[in-house]
Amino acid sequence: MSTQADQVGQAAVPPPPADAAYKRQRQFSWRTALEAVQVPVLAFITALAVGGFIIVLTDLAVLNAFGVAVGQLTPSGWVGLSVALLVALALVGLYVWFGRAWARARGGTAPTPRQLELGRLAVLLGGVVVVYLILWAAGFGAAFGAAWGAIGTAYGAMLNGSVGSLSDITAALGSGDPAQVREAFYPMLESLVAATPYIFAGLAVAVGFRCGLFNIGVEGQLFIGAIFAVWVGYTFKGLPLIIHLPLALLAGALGGALWALPPAILKAKVGAHEVINTIMMNYIAFRLSDWLLNGPMMRPGNANPVSPNIEPSAELPRFFADPIRLHLGFFIALGVAVFIWWFLFRTTLGFELRTVGANPNAARYAGMSITRNYIIAFALSGALAGLAGANEVLGVNHNLASAFSAGYGFDSIALALLGKSHPFGVVLSALLFGTLRSGGTRMQNVAKIPVDIISVIQALVIVFIAAPAIIRAIWRIRTGKGGADTVFTRGWGKS
Amino acid sequence: MAATPKKLGQATTANPKRGLSPAEAAALAARSRHRVLGIVMLGLGLAGLWFFATTVTPGAISRFGLNQGGATAGVVLPELILYTLPTIIVLMAVCLALGGYQLWRGFGRWSTAVLGLAILCFIFGFLTWATADNSINLAGMLKNSLLRAVPLTLGALSGILAERAGVVNIAIEGMMLAAAMTGVIAASATDNLWLGLIVAVLTGGLLALVHGVLSIRYKIDQVISGVVINIFSVGITSFLSAKFLQGTFSDLNNSGTFPTVPIPLLSRLPFIGGIFFETNFFTYAMFFFLIVVHVALFYTRWGLRTRAVGEHPKAADTLGINVFRTRYIAVILSGMMAGLAGAYFTLGSVGRFDEIMTAGRGFISLAAMIFGNWNPFGAFGASLIFGFADALQGRLAILRVPIPSQFLLMAPYIATMIALAGLVGRAAPPAADGQPYDKG
Repeated sequence: MSTQADQVGQAAVPPPPADAAYKRQRQFSWRTALEAVQVPVLAFITALAVGGFIIVLTDLAVLNAFGVAVGQLTPSGWVGLSVALLVALALVGLYVWFGRAWARARGGTAPTPRQLELGRLAVLLGGVVVVYLILWAAGFGAAFGAAWGAIGTAYGAMLNGSVGSLSDITAALGSGDPAQVREAFYPMLESLVAATPYIFAGLAVAVGFRCGLFNIGVEGQLFIGAIFAVWVGYTFKGLPLIIHLPLALLAGALGGALWALPPAILKAKVGAHEVINTIMMNYIAFRLSDWLLNGPMMRPGNANPVSPNIEPSAELPRFFADPIRLHLGFFIALGVAVFIWWFLFRTTLGFELRTVGANPNAARYAGMSITRNYIIAFALSGALAGLAGANEVLGVNHNLASAFSAGYGFDSIALALLGKSHPFGVVLSALLFGTLRSGGTRMQNVAKIPVDIISVIQALVIVFIAAPAIIRAIWRIRTGKGGADTVFTRGWGKS
Repeated sequence: MAATPKKLGQATTANPKRGLSPAEAAALAARSRHRVLGIVMLGLGLAGLWFFATTVTPGAISRFGLNQGGATAGVVLPELILYTLPTIIVLMAVCLALGGYQLWRGFGRWSTAVLGLAILCFIFGFLTWATADNSINLAGMLKNSLLRAVPLTLGALSGILAERAGVVNIAIEGMMLAAAMTGVIAASATDNLWLGLIVAVLTGGLLALVHGVLSIRYKIDQVISGVVINIFSVGITSFLSAKFLQGTFSDLNNSGTFPTVPIPLLSRLPFIGGIFFETNFFTYAMFFFLIVVHVALFYTRWGLRTRAVGEHPKAADTLGINVFRTRYIAVILSGMMAGLAGAYFTLGSVGRFDEIMTAGRGFISLAAMIFGNWNPFGAFGASLIFGFADALQGRLAILRVPIPSQFLLMAPYIATMIALAGLVGRAAPPAADGQPYDKG
């Protein structure tokens, strides 16, 4: 209650003249662009680093190498180890009391905040390097080598699996053999295929966030969208592609939107929190699809829960011969992203939607209908999620199996946060996640590192994005101006 | 007041009951809720009569076993034999009578309990219908329901502890999963189930500490923080499981389970004894904590302070209660409870960890918490119903009931949405639930 009063209070204060700020916002400058991406980029790098740390810590060969190194330490090696520990301790002290140390060295003048930041960063990075070198000299070289090797193999395999290797590409281009060229470009294009559902699903979450709604139900909406699309895909026969394919896609969007409506209506009418309702809708969707695939939609003459294959006229056309699976869906996704950008930032409806997200009380005061905007946002969000599902069944699988979604719905939350709920940010993050996903599969096969490490990295990315303070503390960057952090949800029940 | 000027119309569309004072609106809402409850009970009775009574052959008999399977030490009860049709008619008549009285006079503060009674009648009617010309072991079934309700209840208690202090804990699922894994590893490594249990509880507490730091200190949206912990837990447990437990270190994934400890004398009671007093540690712990949490929340100074922080942190702060510390303590306790719930899956049930073995139970316990209106015993009742649905779906195939088991499994989720919508009973979350507290 109290916060509501606060919000009303804030809304009542006349806004400052926004002219200058607005102009600044409209003008593109590299500086603001860099500031906008610095936290996401650093968050991603930090998450990768932590992921690498986990890979090293769980690599038995590396742990073994460290054990061997400790066992083989010479007396001078022990000295080196103790020196490294002491230096590390001293550096931690210097880091904490940097200001005091600076003042003593400079005869009483305290450092400016900028100097403090830079100094601490220098101590941090320099300290890591110095300690590393001492340990290396003390006889841990082989073990460090093993650790770097493990990280290199893992992330190298990931890179190879997601972008391909330069040598393969040049060799293939040199040979001029079409099959070989396709093979060489396969990883790169496969990443785009993997990114396609992420673009749709990420946009779905982003649209929700923009309206102050947290749609955790993307996963369920995606399933329902896929069910609708695949049903249209295999039921209607003899339609031309130009009719059948759009029909199937629209059915997917419709399914997702329908599935998003109950939480939207409950939120708008009785104020029931959308998070718990969308989670419930997820599980209902799983059970429903489970039943459908084991009953009415089961492929005749088959014991597995798989739907019949869709008609070729409902398939999203592919551009190249096998094994490349790049299909029209990717470009549709890009088009939809542009449309969403236009809708959110260039239409009245989009403006209303964002206003409701930013401050519902102000929006209501300005005569906007909260109910209507919640329902529009959720329907749009659900439709996008449904398109993600339709895209997968129409473009990649051509049928519906019970566990076809590899957690797109949940990854898309991370993705929307990483993209700052901006359509273009979402596209970029989706490309990144698609790359991670297709690279992760290869990492699992080559480096024997379970693909689930990707989830861990994604979780870390969300933490760092959602709590920029952590990233700013680690990397010692200053708070950006006007970095208003969005409030996503407001309690459970009545809001 | 009733003649509100028309020009304000659009601005107030979100509040359809305009023109009423808050007290009047609340009274109106309470009355309509009463009516809805009565209609729901009538609906249950009518639906049961229409669906069950008309599809049963007149002379059918339902037989219920009242003894636990296997060797029973106590008194052996004869089978309960009921004529299906009369039983259904009587039960549904009870439903109708309750609904009628609710509409006519109202049960007042007992409404929710009466609704529970009506639901119970309906469920028993359903069981009688399903077992027409068949037999089912009722005692075994109830025991199975209770066992399945154990992690749900513990999870719901976890949710209650955090949310009563104003912190949404959507990470119960993740905490359970991580605790299930660390518990089984510690228990296998040390060959001591109690150590495993302690490690599991500590794991839950540790993740809760992370949740607390993220949401209380860094003021991340509590839902996002919870989602993060869920994703992280699923990722790290699947990663470690695939990397170690399924392969080279499979001996670390074999802990055994807590043994069944019959309580002397009580376990010899007919029917009840086998269900309640002949189970393992977790069931007893559940009852223990059910009472402890209830008493602690509603009858101690700590509980009053915790609830104050959940309802109106600013007021609590003004009165000298340390909001942050109270919330930290509540969240960590919540995590430890979730850890206990997680340990059930491995140490209390199968003795080994499998990827994503909690399978959404954490979310169902959230549902139970909401359904039980943020009260321990309400949550326990909801958990029992959900556990019963879970236990029942395995038997449906045996009973040859023409309802796909998937639909039965949907029931808890649909029930939760209805409960949250405030259509049945009243979902009243703590007022400051989910709002980070900003001092100053």
